[in-house]
Amino acid sequence: MAIEHHDYDVLVLGSGGSGLRAAIAAAEAGAKTGLVCKSLLGKAHTVMAEGGLAAALGNVAPEDSWSTHFQDTMFGGKYLNNWRMAELHAKEAPDRARELEQWGAVFDRTPERLMSQRAFGGHTYKRLVHIGDRTGLELIRTMQDRTVHSNVEVFMETTITRLIKDSGRVVGCFGYRRQTGEQISFSAKALVIATGGSGRIYKITSNSQDCTGDGYALGYEAGAELVDMEFIQFHPTGMVFPPGVAGLLVTEAVRGEGGILRNNLGERFMERYDPKRMELSTRDVVARSIYTEVQEGRGSPHGGVFLDVSHLDSDYVKKKLPSMYDQFLELAGVDITKEPMQVGPTCHYFMGGVKVDSDNGQSRVPGLFATGEASGGMNGANRLGGNSLGDLLVFGRRSGEGAAAVANAAGSVSLPAEEIAAAKAEIDGYLNGSGTENPFQMHKELQTIMGDGVGIFRSKEDLETAISKLEGLEARVGNLKAPSNRLDYNPGWQLCREVKNMLTVSQMIARGALMREESRGAHSRLDHTGYSDYWGEHNIVVGREGDEMKHTPTPVAKRDELEELVEARKEAEKAS
Amino acid sequence: MTDMHMMPMAVGTRRLQIWRGDLTGGGLEDFDLETEPGMVVLDAVLEIQRSQAPDLAVRWNCKAAKCGSCSAEINGKPRLMCKTRLDHLPPFEPITVEPMKAFPVIRDLVTDVSWNYRVNEQITPFTPRDDLKEGVDVRDGDFLIDQADTDRMSEFRKCIECFMCQDVCHILRDQRMHNRYYGPRFMVRMASLDMHPLDGVDRLDQIADEGGIGLCNITKCCTEVCPEGIHITDNAIIPMKERVVDTHDPLLKVLGRKPNKGRKKPPPRTSDPEL
Repeated sequence: MAIEHHDYDVLVLGSGGSGLRAAIAAAEAGAKTGLVCKSLLGKAHTVMAEGGLAAALGNVAPEDSWSTHFQDTMFGGKYLNNWRMAELHAKEAPDRARELEQWGAVFDRTPERLMSQRAFGGHTYKRLVHIGDRTGLELIRTMQDRTVHSNVEVFMETTITRLIKDSGRVVGCFGYRRQTGEQISFSAKALVIATGGSGRIYKITSNSQDCTGDGYALGYEAGAELVDMEFIQFHPTGMVFPPGVAGLLVTEAVRGEGGILRNNLGERFMERYDPKRMELSTRDVVARSIYTEVQEGRGSPHGGVFLDVSHLDSDYVKKKLPSMYDQFLELAGVDITKEPMQVGPTCHYFMGGVKVDSDNGQSRVPGLFATGEASGGMNGANRLGGNSLGDLLVFGRRSGEGAAAVANAAGSVSLPAEEIAAAKAEIDGYLNGSGTENPFQMHKELQTIMGDGVGIFRSKEDLETAISKLEGLEARVGNLKAPSNRLDYNPGWQLCREVKNMLTVSQMIARGALMREESRGAHSRLDHTGYSDYWGEHNIVVGREGDEMKHTPTPVAKRDELEELVEARKEAEKAS
Repeated sequence: MTDMHMMPMAVGTRRLQIWRGDLTGGGLEDFDLETEPGMVVLDAVLEIQRSQAPDLAVRWNCKAAKCGSCSAEINGKPRLMCKTRLDHLPPFEPITVEPMKAFPVIRDLVTDVSWNYRVNEQITPFTPRDDLKEGVDVRDGDFLIDQADTDRMSEFRKCIECFMCQDVCHILRDQRMHNRYYGPRFMVRMASLDMHPLDGVDRLDQIADEGGIGLCNITKCCTEVCPEGIHITDNAIIPMKERVVDTHDPLLKVLGRKPNKGRKKPPPRTSDPEL
């Protein structure tokens, strides 16, 4: 059977916020642009972003500025951020927010009729542009409509299983259409990975089904480096009950609007962990605090803690947090205007990702770019709420323009036949090979290993156990086979490659977590509880050498002209 | 903290009857499974997929009622599988799960909803008016918009594109007039654009002509199934019908009507989307 083929200047993988923004930018720069997504357009995980988009517009707090936003981001990331990325983000997020509004996005207003901004953990000023608690959906819908009117060709429900290289350069990719199983290849002068994170490696996660780390694994296989993979953000507040919805996100806006955390003794326990910021401390601190309360026997009946907004005006709650009100009423039978929610940490976001040039998003592999959650550097050891939507706009645009610039300067590319044959053999094997491993089963095993050994609190012993179990899975992953061999809409077939991707990602995380002998941001070691001076100056970079995965400590990418701002923030923290 | 009300959470074996098949035909198949407290229909379907029917086709993604992927007809009524709890359905009867009927089935619970995307391509997105006034409509490049306008548009922009309103609309579902009526989802979209105070495109002819708003006879079936509680009929379709009547008065047509609020005509549409 002939393989369907398409040629593009720029091909974007992923249709979340960063992918859409990259595609729009590439098309506007004159590149013939394609967009491939695993699901239907407009269904990407970005729709789950609730709280808002951090941008120092100063509409509510006129004293806000890019430099304070930069400092907050650096402090939140425990100074492991790529300084230049944090700078670009803080400087450009306001323009990206304004631009969205000019594309038709609708945000809540101030009395002066400007975009309103709300408080959020770790942000010095009220900074998050928002619309109720569905800001991500607003971004997606706005950019989705922009995309379909920007000459971007969209391939929905199409899964990419391999990047194709020629002479050391990425020149395209290969995959199949989920609805029919028909195979498809793309040539691209530049390819942008915008595939988001990999929350599905954990059982308790706020992440969509699609978040299986495809871009991390495909980029790694193609020779890209990844950075900061040991830093995984556990959002402090996910639902804990009923079991079917465990992990479902409870937006930080609940706390931003005045929600209070209590344990089963009725204590406002954040007083013990961060008396200054209380509920609006950074996510890593709040998540660890909740976990500790539960571990020490002060949890709620269903293994979380209580989050309460019942002291707020009930109409205000329904207006500001409408989807939270619905979510708890429908799924848990809890009226949040009258009684507290029960919440606990849930895997939410990957700070790490493909290591890219801060200005144009290119990886170390020519022709290969990455952006959004799929790229790393911007958020360091811990991301502030609201910075992901800013990140995906600022760097989505930059990577799209960067890819278009490379593509416009490149000659034509073609896909080597032997590479396509190898890619084809892999996915044919999952369908009709001699394998005996069930992907549903292996996925469950993987989630158990990661939950048990590579969760919020980590230790050498647990990590070594997890790594050894992951190696056990590695030995079996080549033996995966879908339980059914039909071509059309076959979930088991889809999951085979996803499990392989998730296993690669899990190994990056576990080995990085073992190497980082300190506690910093989202990475907490029970056997190394303090900061280490050495690790405070180093990121861990993951790359492939031969068939070996190699983790290398690498000095943090600093910038002289930002030194003063960073030092000032460090001093201010010490003083308080 | 003793006032946590626990919902009664029925557990035990339940029977699901899931439609299986494709364009050539199909029927309901029985599956029994042990349920857990608080299980939703999507949990049950995925568990059946994992343990009993590994090739069962189902489309889902966020499992949080935010992406609108897992629309199906549960006990004959369009609902999101991820938001429908088993213990909220009649306890001693099988639960039927079928694909949406207004669209061609691909396989099992998955339907081809691509027509909706073709319709959306025909709708000119937000385009700022040419005559924005400094101090009134904009300030230093920032839009000036009232919260009241935002609230009005925001109701429509809550739409998660589950397409269940399209599924239940009898113009589409029963009369199959997909080439003459855009359906409630896109009336909502057109309304959100028309109600944007700074938008500069006049879409009223499109709403009346290709959009086919006149075909809607306001039975409100769409409003009833909206998982976001959007008052589709009352707040989007009826006001737009009134606006169309105001501008499509035959006498006004003869005399030559003024463009809607000084807005410009959109570019010509490329096609009437066919199913």
